[in-house]
Parts: sequence; structure tokens; C-alpha cells
Amino acid sequence: MGAFLLSIGLLAAGGLGALFFSRRSRLAGLFGAGGALLGAAVGLAEVLPALLDRTPRPLRLDWGLPLGSFSLALDPLSAFFAAPILGLCAAAALYGVEYMEAHSSRRSLGPSWFFFDLLMASMLVLCAARDSVLFLIAWELMTLSSFFLVTFEDEKESVRRAGWTYLVAAHLGTAGLFLLFMLLSRQAGSTDLSAVPALSPLHADAAFLLALVGFGTKAGFMPMHVWLPEAHPAAPSHVSAVMSGVMIKTGIYGLLRVLSLLGAPPAWWGWCLLAVGAVSGVLGVLFALAQHDLKRLLAYHSVENIGIIALGLGVGLLGRAHGMPLVSVLGFAGALLHVLNHVLFKGLLFLGAGSVLHAAGTRDMEHLGGLLKRMPWTGSTFLIGSAAICGLPPLNGFVSEFLIYLGAFYAVVAGGAAWGAVAIGALALIGGLALACFTKAFGVVFLGEPRGEKAAAAHECGWPMRLSMAALAAGCVLVGLCGPMVLFWSSGTLLQVCALPPAAFQSLLFGSVLPPLLWVCGAGAALLAALILGALARAWLLRGRPVGESGTWDCGYAAPGPRMQYTASSFAQPITGLFSFFLRPRERASGPEGYFPASASYATETPDLFRERLYEPVFSGVLRLAWRLRWLQHGRIQLYVLYIALTLLVLLLWRLG
Amino acid sequence: MRPELLHLPLALFCAPLLPGIINRVKAFFAGRCGPSVFQPYRDLLKLLRKGAVFSRTATWVFRAGPLASLVCAAAALALLPLGGLPALVCFPGDIVLFAYVLALGRFCTVAAALDTGSAFEGMGASREVWFAALAEPALLLGLAAMARQGGELSLTGLYGSLEPAVLLAPGGPALLLVAAALLIITLAENSRIPFDDPDTHLELTMIHEVMVLDHSGPDFGLIQYAAALRLWLLGALAAGLLLPVRTGRPWLDLTAGLCGLCAVALFTGVVESVMARLRLTRVSQLLAAAAAFSVLALMLVRGAP
Repeated sequence: MGAFLLSIGLLAAGGLGALFFSRRSRLAGLFGAGGALLGAAVGLAEVLPALLDRTPRPLRLDWGLPLGSFSLALDPLSAFFAAPILGLCAAAALYGVEYMEAHSSRRSLGPSWFFFDLLMASMLVLCAARDSVLFLIAWELMTLSSFFLVTFEDEKESVRRAGWTYLVAAHLGTAGLFLLFMLLSRQAGSTDLSAVPALSPLHADAAFLLALVGFGTKAGFMPMHVWLPEAHPAAPSHVSAVMSGVMIKTGIYGLLRVLSLLGAPPAWWGWCLLAVGAVSGVLGVLFALAQHDLKRLLAYHSVENIGIIALGLGVGLLGRAHGMPLVSVLGFAGALLHVLNHVLFKGLLFLGAGSVLHAAGTRDMEHLGGLLKRMPWTGSTFLIGSAAICGLPPLNGFVSEFLIYLGAFYAVVAGGAAWGAVAIGALALIGGLALACFTKAFGVVFLGEPRGEKAAAAHECGWPMRLSMAALAAGCVLVGLCGPMVLFWSSGTLLQVCALPPAAFQSLLFGSVLPPLLWVCGAGAALLAALILGALARAWLLRGRPVGESGTWDCGYAAPGPRMQYTASSFAQPITGLFSFFLRPRERASGPEGYFPASASYATETPDLFRERLYEPVFSGVLRLAWRLRWLQHGRIQLYVLYIALTLLVLLLWRLG
Repeated sequence: MRPELLHLPLALFCAPLLPGIINRVKAFFAGRCGPSVFQPYRDLLKLLRKGAVFSRTATWVFRAGPLASLVCAAAALALLPLGGLPALVCFPGDIVLFAYVLALGRFCTVAAALDTGSAFEGMGASREVWFAALAEPALLLGLAAMARQGGELSLTGLYGSLEPAVLLAPGGPALLLVAAALLIITLAENSRIPFDDPDTHLELTMIHEVMVLDHSGPDFGLIQYAAALRLWLLGALAAGLLLPVRTGRPWLDLTAGLCGLCAVALFTGVVESVMARLRLTRVSQLLAAAAAFSVLALMLVRGAP
């Protein structure tokens, strides 16, 4: 644990250094980002070997508080989630050095870097914590530090509103976790997580539901996702990347950790996760398709990808409950790899969106366009990320989706046709819609002609931002081509999650899971090779031929302009129209009038269904009830003192009586 | 010669015959002489000999699009069995790779279309992804129904185990629903009537043809060739299910497979001659019907013994 603790120490030092030098933005950035990069390098040295190490050496310190203890351990499950945290945070920190410079003239960057390092450290502690109280403390630190990061630009009203939404949603989730850990420590007799005994079915069911709500709020399961599309666009882009890439995964980690404590799952847990996954996946991508704000679109896509992960977990749990070990291994393997893959491509896409925002000054896709020519690095890496998130071969998204598909197909063949079909149908629909969504995002932002002056004047970002995007894009390609190797490295985690006997697990892994994956990755490599050969052949074919340039053919129209291009709304309209029952888009149109119309306008907006129809009525009801209690709070300090005295008196009587 | 090496060159060589047959059928119905069935070959050779013109707006994405979609179609061919001939590559789950390689080709075509900045191509791209999003579940659920009946997870295994007795076994007739779904998907994915009109080049009603308006010369040839390969790919799925001739003699089985493909081309030609294109709002209903067929089949098949 030495290097792991050293890494947390480096983060603390970096963060405090940034806070100390907050007057000098350069030095603050140097300390903040330097701490994160060094911490990541040192931490990875400990975490990567722990991936396959099945005998973790726990560390336990008493800390003098009445509850809990500082107890850490790095088993493969912890390491699997800690490694992407270190990797993505390092890339985001490097990116942030350049990205935040634009803000340095207006405000001090010290606090922002301090909270960044704190967020990273708290996520690391969270992944390794083996004590309920320590876990909850780390969880709360993570929430608070990310809240302060989200509200970085707090002079904007929209940012403050997003911050509050996030804070309220996160704490409602935490309330569920308090109940969950109280239940667990009551059964165990201590707050030590490793001391949890086998629970009765009723307790296990209650714990599962509490974990689903509590961790699901952080992960962004529908309908607890409402904070995601608010908080991600409001935060600075490298923070959005960290929050969407790794912070929401702590919810998945928590769910897996609790599941590992609860023993054999009944089938309805799997059905629950399958249903949550299908709803989050399909509705997430539909809402993403209806957005014009690039970062909001990406935020909804996180809901979709969390849905895919939940689908994998659901298939895994159902396979385990029905005694189909192969299905279970495939489902869990797909879910775990998708966790890693989502870190890579969603981090990349958020960094790309930030780079667009940095260069063109807007996130509104209707004002962007033609950026691939102006920003070749950002554009090309964004293209890789887009293809990867659609789950297309030969990139990483396909590897994990393939495993979940394969599990579902095996389930269909082996007698679990109903749930297998739900998973296949949901994944296929999600895949098709994601393709629509990302051809829209990439096509409208990077291709065609610029739709605004700022986009026309955009420029490529500097090398720190390019480097971090290129590293993540390389990760997407590498995982896509070396899927079996990555799966082998995560086999320790997988074994822990599947809870199979090691020998049976090994034979399944090497006999039935790795061979198809080898074929898939081999096919991906062959595809790439064929593309390169084809490109050479095409160049040879065109050699010496007349190759001209001209304007785009617009069916005889003489003066095509950028404003005539298809827009993001028009591209998505057929699909959003088809699903308008769920999306409820609002349209504002003023049509052309008269014989010589001078102006016309059309705008759509798709607010979140659950926010408008579920949470706003509930919260306004709560607010109305709270008004009834308003007479209690009137600002007279004497009466407040009286309340305190009365409370103490009641407590005293209760204690004595 | 090993049989699995045979199908890929055969398909690569013969695929342009299918659009030739369709055009011939349409000419017959219209009372015209019509072009020869080999006309697509002549068109391809001519296009490959030409130079090219590119839009000033376009980037490398536009230039890479046609090639990428062709490579993807060829890759999918490597996974496809035909009339008793096994595929070049087969492994459990290659069904999924098949569907997703086709999706990759679509991604590249759509991105290339958006790269021109033309309103028409944007419109075609938007409709293409819309139809594809609805066709994808129908395709994969239909294949899942076949997997449940046959107990296999690779295309070669699925089609290799098919024979008339399987279709007549309990639950077997439900596979005819899958065949219906596959035929609808074949028409949709290849942008044929009733989804799209491949004859009109400059009207707002079309999808695939409008996406490739700006391509010229060899690139356009690659696109035409890839379209013929896609027709072969999806047609072979439907035909293999409807005409599962297994005599044990490879040449006879292969001939039956080729006849099935010709039948699919004839069917397409007849549909195009006697039907009009559907209104766009109806298209999603037809694709939903295909998905419903697949789900129904999945419920009705009995599962492998």
C-alpha cells in the first residue's frame, strides 16, 4: 500500500500547494497538475500489479474517531476502478493546464486545482476503502469537491442552478447509502465491510434496492439521472471528462462491491438491472439525439453508456441466478470492459468538446461546423471517439458490447430467451440510435461549412490539450485491437465479480470467452489493414488522372451557402419526431408570411421528461409543505436559543427516563 | 480447393449481376428492352477509368467514405455462408460482428455525405440513420430467433444446420417470419422501393442516391460496387432461410444458394415494378413490423433439443 498512500500524499501536497499559491495562476497550475500527474504515475505502479493479485494486503489504522477506522485494501476490483481514475485524471490535468489559462485573468485558479486533486484523492480512497465510515467520508468529499468544480464559473446563473441540482441529487443518493451502510454494519456488528455476514433474503433484498438507488443516483441510472445533463455542461471541460469518465463509475463500483457482499443473487435483481439498463440506454440516447448543446448531448450519452453497463450486469446476474456460468462471465466481462471503454472514449469526447468550446466560444452545435479543417487534431480524435462510442469495430466500444451480446445470445440458446432478447433488442436499438447521434455530433460540428463567424475563425489548441486527446484516442484503438489482453488483465476482477470456482472460471475464460474475442480483434486488425491497402490502391488508381476541385453540387443552385446546410435539429428531427411521446420536444416557429417573406425562425428544445414531470411536481409539493413550517423560523435569536434549550431538556429527560 | 475459400471470390465477382437482374425485371414490367444484365460491370469499369472532382468543402473524410464502406461490405462477406459453402471466417457471435461491420460502413457513408455541407446530402444522411436505427433490432432479433431454433451462434453454424426438416419441425415454420423480416430489411438496407427510389436522382424523396450526389469517378464506382455487395449480403441471409437445400453435394447446394439470390433479385425487381415508394411516415411502421415479426418468431420457435 506504500505507493498508493504516497500517491494520495502527492495529491494532497499538490492540492495544498495550488491553494497556497492561488494568487499566481501559473504556479497553482504547476502544483495542481504536477501533483495529479506524479500521483497518477506513482499510484499506477501499485495499482496495475494489484489487478491480478488475489491476496491483497490490507492496511488498517485507528484514527481516534468514535466510529470506523482508516482501513484500505487493493483487491482486483478496487484496482480495476482505481487504474482508470489515475489514467484519466492525469490526462485531464495535463489538458486543464492549457484549458484553464483562459480563465486565469479573471479569477484565481488555486481553489479549482485544489478541488481537482481532492476529487482525485477522494475517488482513490473510495475505491480502496474497507470501512463503511471511511467509504462514506470519501464519498462525501468526492461529492463536495466535484460540486465546487462544477460551480467554477459561479457568476453565471445557469451554473449555480446546475450546481444546486447536483448537490441535492447527490445527497438524496447519499441518504440511501447511509441507510444501506447502517443496515450492513448492524448485521456485521462493526463498520468493517469485510465482516458482513451472510444476510437473510429480506435484508439482502433491502440492501440491493438501497444500493440501486444510492449508487444509481451517482451512476446516472434513469430516472435518477437528472443531475447529469445539468452538471456536465456547466463544469469546465476537463472536469466534465473526469466526472463523466470516472466519477459516475464509482456508482458502478459501489454496486459491484455491495453485490459481492450479498451472496447469491435472486433472478429479480438481474431483471431489475436489465430493466434499468434498457430504459437508461434507450431513453438516454434518445434525449442525447434531441440536444443541440454538445456537452449536454455527451452528458445524456453517459446515461446511455451506464445503461449498457447495467444491461451487462443484468445479464451477468441473471446468468448466475439461472446457473449459466458462461452467460454470467460474458455479461460481467462486457460490463467491466465497458466501464474501462467508457472512461476512454467519453473522456476523449468531453476533452474534444472542451477544445471546440475553447476555440469557437460556443457549445451550441447550430453555430458550429467545418472544424475538421481548422482543428485537425481535435477533429480526428473526436472522430475516433465517436466511432468508438457507437460500438463500431475495430474500436474499443465494440469489444465490450460484443461480449454482452454474446452472453445474451448464449442465454437465448440456453433457455433464457426472454431476458436474452430484451438485452439484444435494447443493445441493437441503442447501437442504431447512437450511430445517428454521433454522425450528427461529429458531422454537424466538424464537417461541412462553419455556421457562424466564431467557428470560421477557430484555431487548433496547443500541445498539452492535443497530447491528452491523442493519448485517449490511442487507448480507444489499442483496447479495440488488444481486447483479449485487456480482458486477461481484468480476469482477476472478473473472477471476483462472478464468484465462480477459479478452475471453472479459467476453463470458461480460455475456452469460450477469449477465442471469439481473439477473432473479433483479429478481424478488426484485418479491417484496418484492408483499409490501408485500399487507400494505397485508390491513390494508385487516381495517379495521373485529372482530379479537380469545385463547389458542392447543389442540384443546379448557383450560390449555396453555409446557412443552407442541414442543421443538428433537422438531422435528428425524423427520429425525435418518431419518439416524441417520450421526448416531448417544444417547438417555437414563426413561419414565412406574405408574398416576399423576409424572416422566419424555428427552434426546438427538449427538456428532461423526468425533471419536468416527476421531480418538479414532487419538489414543489415539498416546498409547499415546508412553507407551512415557516412560522418556526422567524429570525428571533431568543426563540432559537429556546428551541435548543428545549431540545436539550427533552434529550436529558429521555436519557434519564 | 478448400470450400471456404470459394465463396468470397465468387461473391466479389458475381455481386454486380444482382442489380443487373433487378433492372432487367423492371424493364420487362415496363415493356422496355432494358440494359443487359452485365451493364453494371460496364458501368463499374467505366467509372474506374475516370478522374474525379471533389468539393472544396470536403475533407479527407469525404474521400475515405466510399472506400471504407466497400471494405466493410467485403469484410461482412467474409462472415457470410452461402448454400452449404461455409464462410471464410466463423466463430460464435460472428452474427454481431456482421451487423456491426455493416454499421461501420454506414457510419463512413453518412459522415462522407455530411462532409459536403449540402442540404440534400444532409437530408439523405438523416433518413439513412433513421431507417438503420429501426432495422438493426429487427435484424439482430431475427438472427436470435434462428439461433434459438438451431442452437448455433455463428452464421455458418446457423445456415449449415438449416434444412427442410428444420423448417417443418415444431416451431420451425416460425422461421418464415424471420425470412419475411429479413426480406424487409434487405429492401430497407439497400434503399429499394418501398423505402427509397433508386431511379430518381434529383428528388427530395430519396436516401441513398442523394447521399452520394457529390462522389465521382472511381469513388462513385466503389460506392456502386459496395451497394451490389450489400444486396448480396442481406439477400443471401433471406434466401438461405427460404431455400435450405442440403443434398450433400456441394455444387448442387451452391447452385441452390445462387438461385435463391437470383430469386431475391427477381422479388426486388417485381416489388419495384408493382409498388410505389411509401410515404416517409409509413416507413417506420414497416420496419417496426419487421421487428415485430422477429420478436414473434423468437417467441414461437421451440429451441434446440
